[in-house]
Amino acid sequence: MSTLQLQDLYQGFREPKTIQALAQKIHQAAHALNSPLRIMEVCGGHTHTIMKYGLNQLLPEKIDFIHGPGCPVCIMPKERIDHAIALAQMPNTILLTLGDMIRVPGSKTSLAKQRALGSDIRALYSPLDALKIAQENPDKQVIFFAIGFETTTPMTAAVIQQALALKLSNLFFHINHVLVPPAVEAILSDSACQVNALIGPSHVSVISGAQIYQSLAVRYQMPIVVSGFEPVDVMQSILMIVEQALQERHEVEIQYSRAVTEQGNQKAQEMIDAYLEPRSHFRWRGLGDIPLSALQLKDAYKSLNAESVFKAFLSDEPIDDHKLCICGDILKGVAKPQDCKVFGRGCDPSRPLGSCMVSSEGACNAYYRYAEVALRSVKPIEKKRATA
Amino acid sequence: MKVIELSQGGGGAESQQLVQQLFYRYFKNDILLKSEDAAVLSLQGQSAFTTDSYTVSPLCFQGGNIGNLAVAGTLNDLAMMGAAPLYLSCAFMIEEGLPFETLKKVVKSMAEELQKTNAKIVCGDTKVVPQGAVDKLFINTSGIGHIKSASESVPSAHRLQKGDAILVSGDIGRHGAVVMSARENMNLQSDLKSDCEVVWPVVETLINKGLSIHALRDATRGGLAAVLNEWAQTSQVCIEVEEDKIPISDPVQGLCELLGFEAYDFANEGTFVMSLPCSQVEAALAVFQQFEFTQQAAMIGKVTEFQPGLVVLQTPWGSQRVLELPKGELLPRIC
Repeated sequence: MSTLQLQDLYQGFREPKTIQALAQKIHQAAHALNSPLRIMEVCGGHTHTIMKYGLNQLLPEKIDFIHGPGCPVCIMPKERIDHAIALAQMPNTILLTLGDMIRVPGSKTSLAKQRALGSDIRALYSPLDALKIAQENPDKQVIFFAIGFETTTPMTAAVIQQALALKLSNLFFHINHVLVPPAVEAILSDSACQVNALIGPSHVSVISGAQIYQSLAVRYQMPIVVSGFEPVDVMQSILMIVEQALQERHEVEIQYSRAVTEQGNQKAQEMIDAYLEPRSHFRWRGLGDIPLSALQLKDAYKSLNAESVFKAFLSDEPIDDHKLCICGDILKGVAKPQDCKVFGRGCDPSRPLGSCMVSSEGACNAYYRYAEVALRSVKPIEKKRATA
Repeated sequence: MKVIELSQGGGGAESQQLVQQLFYRYFKNDILLKSEDAAVLSLQGQSAFTTDSYTVSPLCFQGGNIGNLAVAGTLNDLAMMGAAPLYLSCAFMIEEGLPFETLKKVVKSMAEELQKTNAKIVCGDTKVVPQGAVDKLFINTSGIGHIKSASESVPSAHRLQKGDAILVSGDIGRHGAVVMSARENMNLQSDLKSDCEVVWPVVETLINKGLSIHALRDATRGGLAAVLNEWAQTSQVCIEVEEDKIPISDPVQGLCELLGFEAYDFANEGTFVMSLPCSQVEAALAVFQQFEFTQQAAMIGKVTEFQPGLVVLQTPWGSQRVLELPKGELLPRIC
């Protein structure tokens, strides 16, 4: 029996001939389009794929991308980042979080800078490591600053389940899990919104199923294709969207069928429902307050909820982004990163003024990092570069 | 278990014992054994001088330990200037409680690396500090090497020019990937070994072949991406790289896929980048074929005038992107 090698998971999906053939088919099909397609790739992972592999360069002019809100770090409002920093500053505390969250600035400082001042702040590879850290440090309060969309929520639920089973009294949760459909709905329902097709997220859909986009397809009369993250996946999904548009269909289709079903991972959904419930509202950086767009711990688990237990240390005063920042317009497709006055000048990945520049999955960040070759021919962008 | 104690760095009898039984035993040479306050050297012609401090966690990893790094790293810095390594200094900062066997293993590895060239450790220093003041063991080495070539032909980041070819001496990112998977919270297993290696024998052969090497750089921290960006900026040229020509081993690529990293950003400890005229590529590749650890060497790109100051990756399907200088710490992706 042959075993599955890691490279089997991506090699075929980066095959140059297949990518070029799909590009050619898209060009042929797009000729017949009456109006341009402005496709929102909801998930930051897709933004990353499109920019990193230069897929936008292979597409006809009639197809444009509008980079969606699906980056959990980018959408975190400053007041929530300040929560993380305030929690980390408490004596005898270990603050745990994931990836890029470490370097995102809040209103005054970032977790990375706070760590340099001596706070114990750790980026986890797996949320389950939180259990081990809490067990190894019984004399400290360990707080997991949980972030992410539907994709990472089941892992947090699993940590909660295990923490309860192990009767860990020193592990607390600050829940910032957000939901894709309400955020997309908020963007599409804006009258200025230019989006007329969606690429549905890969891993969010693995958990929640493609069903969550059904009502969006009906209400906004647009093609939606749930796509994988590899270049071939994205190119095939674009072709499927073009074909839907030509046939005037408005359906939810699954291109990423090797992992996504209609119903999703029901076991994971049950686990989430056991511990978490919708929050009345959540303020998204760049988009503002959206009702029922995030999750919180159920009341029964109040003793684990860092937001209640450490309430005295936390402020909920909203903190807005810089006035010049146009992230909201970029998310709606009204503007592109290079339309922003501060893009690459006052705002870059080391000093982001707005949400889209924050994480590698944010639209402005991806443009800044990968698109300079394409952008230079349009207009020169002055960039300060670090010298080693 | 025998451990290093504070008294062994105090300058008294215990210090002397450590120096004689360990450092002199493995590093011995005429100059070092004179035990003077400073080594006396006679240098001729142009010399290269470099220093580097080494810290790695864990101290021992697949394919080497901090000792291999501390010698190979400094020898390689000299080699990258086309300098034959001659003399090294070596300073140990040891946290009390370090197992003696660990220190011995590190020192033995250093001696083994030294064997690969004619270089000697001619002076040194030992400090033992209280627990927590350093993380187990830090090593500093400085090195002096002799530059044989005329000063205008010394490899330099300023000397890249249009028409040059860019070569790498092997597959990239192995050291960074090994150290990352060895961290205690990763729990990943693979057969991957660090690329830690002394490269002077290869560089010496390249020089002796009479090749016009314009630039040489070992792709340590910051990886291939940092070297190419420094070159493009310093020489104000564009470096266009063909993405599918860059040798990357399956385990390194696998780790990158798993965690959302790019092999271009990972550190190397024996893999270097070279620029020389396109007409000399075949001769250079023939030299690389003579050495076991440079079998994967390949030409990966060219120096052009396309976008001066930038490194541009050409994908196999005809699109382009900028290869950025790595920024900030390497953090795994979230989902």
